[in-house]
Amino acid sequence: MRWYWIDRFLEFERGRRCVAVKNVTLAEEYLHAHFPGYPVMPNALVIEGVAQAGGLLVADQRGYQGNMILAKVPKAVFHFDPRPGDTLRYECTLESLRGEGAVVQATVRCGDQEQGEVEIFFANAAHGPRARQLFTDLDLVTMMHYLGAYQVGRDADGGPLRPPDHLQDRLSTLWLGTAEQ
Amino acid sequence: MPDKQEIFQKVQEILCEALSVDEDEVTPEARLTADLGAESIDFLDIVFRLEKAFDIKIPRGELFPDTLLQDERFVKDGKITPEGMEELRRRMPFADLSPLEDNPDVKNLQDVFTVDMICKFIEQKVAVEN
Repeated sequence: MRWYWIDRFLEFERGRRCVAVKNVTLAEEYLHAHFPGYPVMPNALVIEGVAQAGGLLVADQRGYQGNMILAKVPKAVFHFDPRPGDTLRYECTLESLRGEGAVVQATVRCGDQEQGEVEIFFANAAHGPRARQLFTDLDLVTMMHYLGAYQVGRDADGGPLRPPDHLQDRLSTLWLGTAEQ
Repeated sequence: MPDKQEIFQKVQEILCEALSVDEDEVTPEARLTADLGAESIDFLDIVFRLEKAFDIKIPRGELFPDTLLQDERFVKDGKITPEGMEELRRRMPFADLSPLEDNPDVKNLQDVFTVDMICKFIEQKVAVEN
């Protein structure tokens, strides 16, 4: 099972912004216990979804290099809890980006209501004395593909968003199930 | 160009947001780590916010010289060497290094990072850029 907390990108503008959706469904097991008789999605998982959408926005702009991880949530304000049947819309904007870290701001909407505001600070885990590799470029590009970023995305010049050339062949073999594991 | 008071107010606002502290805690002499509870990740967050608020660029290591500590010419046996002190004076003319002059233990470097130090750094930075 993959730890996906967004379902699909609706918009993706390289280096600027993205919009992702999360459909909340009673088929998700965690809702049965949170809470018994009153299923609501924890807002911590909304933060995770924003971090995934925003994290891919950061990773894409960096050519899928480095390991930007959620390091801090300076702001998280929520107005109500998402419930089964809701579609959450995560509208993320890349505010700052440099080698050591990045900041993404997001507004979360549910229908015509604002559900929350989140600011996420990412740090590059590949920097500093405890540097480590957490994701490969292929991991990140595969997530982008699953989430439809390359179907809707635009690059900085307004052209279609594409994975890096050197990964396209590897992605094709992965989808055909012939990639080395 | 912002004056000293405006710089202090903006820095105060930034530190309140970045460190979730109250305005009255952010005094000029407050130390970021010991008094305001800053952790290592907060320092980069503060740099980002300063860049945005003052429309300036702060290259890595210019405000908080973290890379200096990994250089064995400047740190030996947990203490900052005389060369290291010289380097700090050169790189951080905006800082009061007296906590280190009294005791060059590397742990004391964090006591140099005060609200006033950030304000002086910004004053110098905006003066150069304008």
